[in-house]
Amino acid sequence: MPLSRAFPLAGVAALAATAAQAETITVATVNNNDMVIMQSLSDAFEQSHPDITLDWVVLEENVLRQRMTTDIATGGGQFDVMTIGTYEVPIWAERGWLTPLDDLPASYQADDLLKSVRDGLSDDDGVLNALPFYAESSMLYYRKDLFEQAGIEMPEQPTWQQVHDWAAELNDPDNETYGICLRGKPGWGENMAFVSTLVNTFGGRWFDMDWEPQIDSPAWQEAISFYVDLLDSYGPPGASSNGFNENLALFSRGNCAMWVDATSAAGKLYNPEESTVADQLGFAPAPVAETPKGSHWLWSWALAIPASSDAKDAAREFITWATSQDYVELVGEREGWTSVPPGTRVSTYENPEYQQAAPFAGFVLDAIQGADPRDSSLEPNPYVGVQFVGIPEFQSVGTQVGQMVASALTGETTIEQALQAAQRATRRTMERAGYFD
Amino acid sequence: MTTKTQSMSAAGATRAANGPRFGALSSRRLWLTVLGWTVAGVIFFPIFWMVLTGFKTEAEAIADPSLIFSPTLDSYAEVQSRADYLHFALNSVVVSFGSTLLALVIAIPSAYAMAFLPTKRTKGTLLWMLSTKMLPPVGVLVPIYLLFRDFGLLDTRTGLVIVYTLMNLPIVVWMLYTFFKDLPRDILEAGRMDGAGTLQEVWYLLLPLTLPGIASTGLLAVILSWNEAFWSLNLTSSQAAPLTAYIASFSSPEGLFWAKLSAASTMAIAPILVFGWLTQKQMVRGLTFGAVK
Repeated sequence: MPLSRAFPLAGVAALAATAAQAETITVATVNNNDMVIMQSLSDAFEQSHPDITLDWVVLEENVLRQRMTTDIATGGGQFDVMTIGTYEVPIWAERGWLTPLDDLPASYQADDLLKSVRDGLSDDDGVLNALPFYAESSMLYYRKDLFEQAGIEMPEQPTWQQVHDWAAELNDPDNETYGICLRGKPGWGENMAFVSTLVNTFGGRWFDMDWEPQIDSPAWQEAISFYVDLLDSYGPPGASSNGFNENLALFSRGNCAMWVDATSAAGKLYNPEESTVADQLGFAPAPVAETPKGSHWLWSWALAIPASSDAKDAAREFITWATSQDYVELVGEREGWTSVPPGTRVSTYENPEYQQAAPFAGFVLDAIQGADPRDSSLEPNPYVGVQFVGIPEFQSVGTQVGQMVASALTGETTIEQALQAAQRATRRTMERAGYFD
Repeated sequence: MTTKTQSMSAAGATRAANGPRFGALSSRRLWLTVLGWTVAGVIFFPIFWMVLTGFKTEAEAIADPSLIFSPTLDSYAEVQSRADYLHFALNSVVVSFGSTLLALVIAIPSAYAMAFLPTKRTKGTLLWMLSTKMLPPVGVLVPIYLLFRDFGLLDTRTGLVIVYTLMNLPIVVWMLYTFFKDLPRDILEAGRMDGAGTLQEVWYLLLPLTLPGIASTGLLAVILSWNEAFWSLNLTSSQAAPLTAYIASFSSPEGLFWAKLSAASTMAIAPILVFGWLTQKQMVRGLTFGAVK
């Protein structure tokens, strides 16, 4: 092939293509199942909006976050729609990186969005900066068959002490069934998402009202000791490398009696094609200890329009379509009702077809509605977020502390050493960021 | 690998014929062969495992490692239905070959000048060029991103060709410089005596005589560009995204992806792997070119 010639020609062809399609919008997203469905249904959008063409950029979550941050911070204008989470939306909006969505059409029915999810994506005046695509909380999954055999009845609201006792009773390593599976893989969005909720319910918090880290407090000590002991005694081997995906695989193969994790796993665990425990799947609210506050998280993936986009109107058309009631129904019809994006709209949960197809719907709705990112710990805290702290420094703080918690889990360091090191590292980061001036 | 074993066995055979210590040498040869194969096996194992994983189901891919499973093409079908492989592959081909050609066009004259007409600053210049490779690329990401934005090069193949050319240029110049330096000056002088100008000298003498070296340099540059993932992920979005971006799109924070990721990776490395096999001889010849004199 004459490559030297192909190269300039290809460049010309690309230029011609962009000129002809004036309204091409580039959508940056992650490779989660719900987004894959969105991509596959986008022909329906292009049919109803013949003047808009969609270009997809699908990347791994962390790569995508870095890629989008570079583009948005330099005003590169490469993307017209970005998939971001509850953590980024307020931080990016404050810097003026996102287009406020203050003129949504009445047909969008913004009032239909679940309040806690909506609040997480709005600024103080209630203006949305991103539209929720799907949302999740956390809950307890358990194996009904194992519980029945052992004669255990799941109460309406389990406690962590009960979970500990059940894990001890059901742990059967010889048959590769472990009492409990929990996240151990370090990362602010991996083990720390879970650990933060555990610390919250044990009465702890990340920071006090003066932004002093509280990681060396008795509540953290108690929570982390409980976590390490629980996983060490009744967890699967190598738990410190298990994240959401690994635990999902373990639970769906029947290796875990219990698992506390994202509500968005329910659809996959309930699908007999992906899970051998589909007909034995039980649900319960996330366990509590000292306080119910912050015992389960709140996360949503949302679609936002960067301020640097030059096709804002077309982008708005697309994000209102992809987060609309009609879209939910389209997914229900084409892909089945267990596959609809959960946790965003009241109408989804009122839909009898969804209620019938997804018996976990009520739990998910309660969990999402019961999570309050502005009041997530027993003692007051200055931040927004249940399983994260809504400040730019948290990505590094959370991941660093996550690594220290993981080293306590593997036994490399003692719990006390890990927490003290975490406290010092966090304080240093906060000091450098100017929180104590 | 093959070449080495052959030359080793040849050497062993000669020595065995000459001396009485046949047994000792033969067992040494055996050990070296075993060692050679072991090293090759260790190096190749991840690729082998990746190819294997591509034919498993997602559940099998994450289960305990096993060699026994019923192979399926599901992951390939899924990967194919989600992204247009050819679009990414074409970008990879255009960008890696384009940047290599451009780098050679720039590097051949500069390596010629440095090898045959050195000044007292030539060594310094060479080292300074190499020093640009010592900076982590992320350090210059924002300035380059801003330049690309202002010149409209974001998400264009032209932009990637420029970056890859600059990225590979120091290595290409260095390699060509060492190959050219090994060429006896007398040959070029003889050409000059016969009335050849600089261009003719380069075209009729230098290039044909150092072709194996140039070829292996080019091949290395192609491979480096093909596998480059930092700039390709950061400077492209959809139009110019090469195969590295294609692979990156199959990793997922929620849900199982190892089989699909392996299938995508296998498809992404297949062309360059075949290319490497076909050009293996030239590569080895080029890399050892001038080593023994």
